[in-house]
Amino acid sequence: MRPTRLPLHALLLIALLAVQSLAASTFAQAQLTQVPGQNSPTTKEQVPLYVPQDDKLIGRVSIPDEKLAVLVQPEGREWREWRTHTLRLAIAGLAIGMTAVLAIFFLYRGTIRIHGGKSGRLVLRFNGLDRFAHWTTAVSFLLMALTGVILTFGRPLLIPLIGHQAFTPLAEYAKSIHNFVSVPFVVGLLMIMGLWLRDNIPEKADWTWIRTAGGLFSKAGGQHPEAGRFNAGQKLVFWSIVLGGIGMAATGYLMMVPFAVSGIGGMQIMHVIHGLLAAGLIAAVIGHIYIGTIGMEGAFDAMGCGEVDENWAMEHHRRWYQEQLRKGYVEGRQPAE
Amino acid sequence: MARMKFLCDAERCIECNACVTACKNEHEVPWGINRRRLVTLNDGKPGERSISMACMHCNDPPCAAVCPVDCFLQTADGVVLHSKDLCIGCGYCFYACPFGAPQYPRTTDFGSRGKMDKCTFCAGGPEPDGSVEEYQKYGANRLAEGKLPLCAEMCSTRALMGGDGAVLADIYQERSLRRGYGSGAPGWSTAYGRNDRGSPFAPGGPGTGGA
Repeated sequence: MRPTRLPLHALLLIALLAVQSLAASTFAQAQLTQVPGQNSPTTKEQVPLYVPQDDKLIGRVSIPDEKLAVLVQPEGREWREWRTHTLRLAIAGLAIGMTAVLAIFFLYRGTIRIHGGKSGRLVLRFNGLDRFAHWTTAVSFLLMALTGVILTFGRPLLIPLIGHQAFTPLAEYAKSIHNFVSVPFVVGLLMIMGLWLRDNIPEKADWTWIRTAGGLFSKAGGQHPEAGRFNAGQKLVFWSIVLGGIGMAATGYLMMVPFAVSGIGGMQIMHVIHGLLAAGLIAAVIGHIYIGTIGMEGAFDAMGCGEVDENWAMEHHRRWYQEQLRKGYVEGRQPAE
Repeated sequence: MARMKFLCDAERCIECNACVTACKNEHEVPWGINRRRLVTLNDGKPGERSISMACMHCNDPPCAAVCPVDCFLQTADGVVLHSKDLCIGCGYCFYACPFGAPQYPRTTDFGSRGKMDKCTFCAGGPEPDGSVEEYQKYGANRLAEGKLPLCAEMCSTRALMGGDGAVLADIYQERSLRRGYGSGAPGWSTAYGRNDRGSPFAPGGPGTGGA
């Protein structure tokens, strides 16, 4: 007797399995990692555990938070290096370097005196609006610099002194001040742009100022290259603050609305730009404060009470002074008709 | 002492999301906070793999390194915990974390994102084990009860494993040998393979029991 004939459904099943295994084998060919072959491990030790992961791994998620589709972002490691070392080095290095340079300069030159002495006659240099714009920008900048420095250096410098419990509220306030004071900073920035942009456009005379370094190194004094309302050094400060400030505000606001315009990679880059600009601006502002206070006699009056001595104006901004004279803005002097 | 680790075997994960659900339920995690998530690579293409990812409790945690208020701590088991009392919600840990583990209750409130939340390896927080405050801030503390993370315990295919790193490595290598292939343990080189300048939890270090 012949062996029992296979029932029809068994035949169908075998056919189906054959087709399926054929399909599965071609499918598995594509899935290279799944095929046991020549590279199959023969001992447990050959099974790799630590497969190096140097590239970003991005997949898909079924949750609304799409940024979590990034499975591994090794760039976080570079950002960590930046945040824990490079950033601190840039800010502290530039600030301390600038202070050291200024200290050496102060020992060499001392306070730059008004060559002809004080005349006692005053010229209005910055009106109330000018000064309001300046001090709005200045105070908010200093507050943000201070709070930023607290957040950057607080962990190594302040936590050992005041402890974790006290530092957290300090950092919390620092962060809030840093965020909210950015608004008056931007208002001040827009005001100084509106008020002084015209007078800060580079001109030919600036080249002379730069070539002679503004007469800063002529110890005899009185060697001031002619300048209009602002000399090349002041223009440099103006453009640093304006362009740097715009860059800092833009990156800062984008970091305040995380992931609004970019993924985590973009956020890291924005933080690096924000930090580098901060380091540069803090150093620039240290120089600006120096020359506006102990560095030069009579300079602070311009932003303090708004009026400068006539001799100071003649020595530092002769072209601007003559213009003021012509317009009759100099106290006790009639315009030369 | 055991060095606690997670290992997700991508060859086994069937993207059922049981680990995600178990985690959310066990710790009463609020909406929008994803302590654990499933990421599918090459979705719909040959070689598709799904990986369950949460905080991997790294040897040398980048989050702890960049935190401006130093709110992170690492337990003797290598579990990375943080203090919500100290956290200021700056978001830096998310910049540094390779796995996108830190979560924040708010997207933005002009820069204040609330206290960071992340996987605790079911080990609670710095508060006393099993206390009400600990549960409210960090969720359940299963480790203190002698239990392993619920996500891994819940996994039906045993793709996701959580526990002593040396044991996990052994199980994974054994099963890879038997089936003839492995796909690596995703995240292991990033989380545990880094030469981290003398951490006891580095591969082979005294804190890992030789793993």
